[in-house]
Amino acid sequence: MVVAVEKNLGGLSSAEYERRLEKFEARINRGEKIEPADWMPDDYRQQLIRLIHVHANSEICGALPEGRWIPHAPTFKRKLALLAKVQDEVGHGQLLYRAAETLGPSREQMIEDLISGKSKFSNVFHYPAETWADVAIIAWLIDAAAIINQTMMAEGSYGPYARALKRICYEEAFHMKHGYEMCVVLANGTKVQRDMLQDALNRWWTPIMMFHGPSDKESKHTAQLVRWKVKLKTNDEQRQQFLKQFVPKMLDLGMKIPDKSLRYDKASDTWLYDDPDWNEFKKVVNNGGPVSQERVEARRLAHRDGQWVREALAAAAERKPVPMPPTN
Amino acid sequence: MDTKAFQSLDCLPGTLREAVINLLYRLADDELVIGHRNSEWTGHAPILEADIAFSSMAQDEMGHAQAYYQMLHQLGEADPDTLAFGRKPREFRCAALVCLPKGDWAFSVLRQFLYDAAETVRLTAFVESTLVPLAQLATKLRGEEKYHLMHGRSWVLKLGVGTEESRGRMQAALDVAYSCALGLFEPTEFDEPLAQAGIAPRESELRRQWESAVAPVLADAGLHVSEAAKPVYGGRVGRHPEALKQLLDQLQLVYNIDPTAKW
Repeated sequence: MVVAVEKNLGGLSSAEYERRLEKFEARINRGEKIEPADWMPDDYRQQLIRLIHVHANSEICGALPEGRWIPHAPTFKRKLALLAKVQDEVGHGQLLYRAAETLGPSREQMIEDLISGKSKFSNVFHYPAETWADVAIIAWLIDAAAIINQTMMAEGSYGPYARALKRICYEEAFHMKHGYEMCVVLANGTKVQRDMLQDALNRWWTPIMMFHGPSDKESKHTAQLVRWKVKLKTNDEQRQQFLKQFVPKMLDLGMKIPDKSLRYDKASDTWLYDDPDWNEFKKVVNNGGPVSQERVEARRLAHRDGQWVREALAAAAERKPVPMPPTN
Repeated sequence: MDTKAFQSLDCLPGTLREAVINLLYRLADDELVIGHRNSEWTGHAPILEADIAFSSMAQDEMGHAQAYYQMLHQLGEADPDTLAFGRKPREFRCAALVCLPKGDWAFSVLRQFLYDAAETVRLTAFVESTLVPLAQLATKLRGEEKYHLMHGRSWVLKLGVGTEESRGRMQAALDVAYSCALGLFEPTEFDEPLAQAGIAPRESELRRQWESAVAPVLADAGLHVSEAAKPVYGGRVGRHPEALKQLLDQLQLVYNIDPTAKW
């Protein structure tokens, strides 16, 4: 799809804009990172703000489905690991809002946009975590899918985002191990536990297949993002990578994948599958999913109930700094 | 004070053994329950940085609980998971302070401060305990507790002097929490034997130290302790607010699907 867009030249003459653009693209081709103070095309800035903002929103909304199960975690080991994982997700949100701030918008504004429904978050967090096994599936497979996406994005051209993603991927790798281990235990557990795990996979399979975004024939952003090394692989390429890595592992655990047409095609070295309903995906990410309103409401409540705290901190900071006690 | 040291838990004579078991249940249950309460903020705190810090402290408290339960296990009690997930409310020995619902942010940070001050006083005393495994554990935990207390103190001072609303909320929180915090020092029949053996100071002595630690911070924050504040007792003998049962129903939900299963 080719759309004629009037470029925002940022007050530059057309010739000057082209000159700068050429230099900018040459830097990217050489593998250099673009830093906050560097010149960048407005399109690049806006695309990055959109991506990082959605990513940050997804981290703090993603804390909700798993966070709901922290009080119910059934052993010390699980409770400590889950609490640490959800804490990491909130930490990623904080890191990413800061990365987005380097491009202009304030955190306050970005959170306002999330709770007013103006900005989006990942499709998978619009679904409920109904049982303890959902926590295992989320930590294993959604974190796995996220690692595929983020490892790629970490090679991207914008410095602050790439650096944040390096650290995030490192932590996500632990989450995935924690999730896989939970799945192994449930898959080898009692019938109740095995059924719980299969039921969770049945409900999560389609959202996970949608996680990397619309198929390449429908995705409108990809081409330019690839050229500017914001994104290095298409949605379908990422999905294939996920299937190749994880379908065999799921089958090993005795899990049944709820897509009858899923099969490996040797000739093309790809997994063939039933393409998800992308209209459903669009509806979900526009806050029309099963628990979209609940997620946004949880964020709105946290923000609203924290208003007096933020005001008090600002007022206290204007008075005098609180001295730290001796540390011996 | 008797200076005879107990190098291991096995060295404890019968009567002291019972006293130490009771002490460890009090310590472990307080840590587990406040850790659980603090984890209820994960994903919902007023600012992301506070969210992260509270989750971190919740992990520390739960880790401490696990360590105390592990000592209980060495003394012949069930394993840590069974002790945390398999007991009924009346078998818990935690104080009312930790049982109360998380309330607003003012209540949670104030409770955490009062609790951490008590824990610091206790751990500082335990470092000198004649029960060597307890002294060793206290030395380790005290390092973490130092940061909790700095965190709590800083929040109490900021919200105390922040705005009219924040001060009002902190004062309301203190009016409820202070009496319950005094209940952390509920005397038990084991105070005397533990003190005489040099294992742990008397609760009355710990309370005195705690009061002199928290009073200046509360004063600096412009908060007033009501003279009518009376300790809320009962937790150390298994009498708890209704909130503990609700908390344990949550805590034990998945475990109770099948307590014999591996999770």
